[in-house]
Amino acid sequence: MSPRPYVEVTDLKKTFDVSKPWLNRVLEGAPRQYLKAVDGVSFDIRKGETFALVGESGSGKSTVARMVVGLLNPTGGEVTIDGISMTDPGQRAQRAKLRRKMQMVFQDPYASLNPRWRVDRIIAEPIRAFNVVEGEANIVARVGELLTLVGLHPDDGKKFPHEFSGGQRQRVAIARSLASNADFIVCDEPTSALDVSVQAQILNLMRDLQEKFGLTYLFISHNLAVVRHMATRIGVMYLGRLVEVSDAKEMFTHPRHPYTRMLLDAVPDLAMSGRARIPVAGEIPNPITPPTGCTFHPRCPLANERCKAENPLPINGVACHAVVEGRTLAHPVAA
Amino acid sequence: MSEPVISVRNLQVEFVTRRATLRAIDGVSFDIHKGEVLGVVGESGAGKSVTGAAIIGLIEPPGRISGGEILLNGRRIDNLSPEEMRKVRGRKVAMIFQDPLTSLNPLFRVGEQLVETIRTHLQMNERQARDRAVELLTEVGIPAPEKRIDGYPHEFSGGMRQRVVIALALCAEPDFIVADEPTTALDVSVQAQIISLIKKLGRERGMAVMLVTHDMGVIAETADRVAVMYAGRLAEIGPVRDVVQRPMHPYAKGLMGAIPTLEASTERLVQIPGSMPRLSSIPRGCAFNPRCADVFARCHVDQPLPLSVQGRQVACHLYENERLKTAEVAR
Repeated sequence: MSPRPYVEVTDLKKTFDVSKPWLNRVLEGAPRQYLKAVDGVSFDIRKGETFALVGESGSGKSTVARMVVGLLNPTGGEVTIDGISMTDPGQRAQRAKLRRKMQMVFQDPYASLNPRWRVDRIIAEPIRAFNVVEGEANIVARVGELLTLVGLHPDDGKKFPHEFSGGQRQRVAIARSLASNADFIVCDEPTSALDVSVQAQILNLMRDLQEKFGLTYLFISHNLAVVRHMATRIGVMYLGRLVEVSDAKEMFTHPRHPYTRMLLDAVPDLAMSGRARIPVAGEIPNPITPPTGCTFHPRCPLANERCKAENPLPINGVACHAVVEGRTLAHPVAA
Repeated sequence: MSEPVISVRNLQVEFVTRRATLRAIDGVSFDIHKGEVLGVVGESGAGKSVTGAAIIGLIEPPGRISGGEILLNGRRIDNLSPEEMRKVRGRKVAMIFQDPLTSLNPLFRVGEQLVETIRTHLQMNERQARDRAVELLTEVGIPAPEKRIDGYPHEFSGGMRQRVVIALALCAEPDFIVADEPTTALDVSVQAQIISLIKKLGRERGMAVMLVTHDMGVIAETADRVAVMYAGRLAEIGPVRDVVQRPMHPYAKGLMGAIPTLEASTERLVQIPGSMPRLSSIPRGCAFNPRCADVFARCHVDQPLPLSVQGRQVACHLYENERLKTAEVAR
């Protein structure tokens, strides 16, 4: 029996009210409108692994990340980290202890660092907030250590964020996330604002730190190639639902859900291997009025009547009627 | 070989600031032929977009073209007056920008914008122009164009908007199109559709296309030849297959290795130390010398000029040495 997973997400839901203002509703008789940003998402993250969520814009991956760390309150469902519920009001005290164990790295390193604070103060903030280290001299030493760890110089702490490039700022954000000795880090598109050569530096750094400290990552990205490089397991999201969860290797060699296949086919072929690909059709529908049944059916080459009527539930990590029924498409898959 | 549609010769672009004159483009030369797609890659600040803007005559003060020439079908266009250039732009050369929302006017219907552009450049009445607009929308793959032509830009999705922008660029059947990061704001599944559309249009209409992007994958899919830029200079230019699979310039090598791919295993990515220099502090000699693993004395002194090696041009002293060596052996 394997030990209990570090993070358990069960039937997580988030609905946003996108209704028109009250006056418009009264005068124009416009109904209330809701957007199901996340609709019944469940997954586990084991200690020390990287779980990646991929999907296109509007698929709800960032909303899941925000709910996992508690930046958003879920409409339904539960998140448990290290056995402590993030949602149960009765466990508030335990949750406070958990806070220092989890940190977040955001997409835009220009917006996530306070421009008026020097870098040493930014990195020391979690240390002071959680009383990780006592005494000013020790805090200074710890900040220097963290800066060295992420490939910067301890003297860089005296600079302001604007004196750094995008990649260096993201290093600062990573140093800050490590400052409270966190062991679970949620990374929301940490490299999508960076150039490729800098992205490679940051991805390598994140992997080194994971090896060194046994970190657990929840890694959000829209870039499948980046995910392939980082993830142990991958969840694919489409319109607020998790359509496939599988081991990273498995997903790239044997994608099962038609949407996963489509995503893989859409990635430009850098090796120019000439692998056969199905041209991608359609776009993500409006999430306020999602299609009935399986939300992917208007774009799915395997869709039939059942797919239009009935929402598929995940079976062995894939939510697809066609996969369960064995309907397939003759299609060579990228090796 | 036929005359190139666009020929850029030793282009220099400078930006004059209070402190110094910054050279954003330094001695860039290339040709693009009919029906050919030239991909231009590089990281932020490499000068890719400025090159595109220079060709299309959209360098605004304090920037200026300070040297070199740009020829369109053999005729110089870099020294035209703004009025003359306005006639060329849109008619002969057109541009597709990164963000489709800002390149369309939100207050006008898509059809009005298309008709206006068509009538500016071609002798047509309202009716004919509208028919042509519908044709163009059909060609770029917009479903039910007769209906969508009366929609406002906000009623279109990102991918569809980018298709409208492409239709706008095609209005006067230009000979040359600059596509500046046309897919960067789009999702992967939509990106793939737009790439194949640009490729198809270029081929069918025999246009020359300059595709500016930071995404090597997009280049590999679309371009015939690729130019790798670094700090305002061309590092390497050659057939796309050669440059992507066997890059020669140390920067191009690093850049290719740094890209995570679907095919490769999960080993460490190649890492180029440091980052691109600012325009105000481009090092002497080769601009890449502080980050280069193969650097030697000469790199700090002389700026390397493009050398023809194995069917491509590489601006790196390494290959000059190699050439000299082979010459000595031959002697």
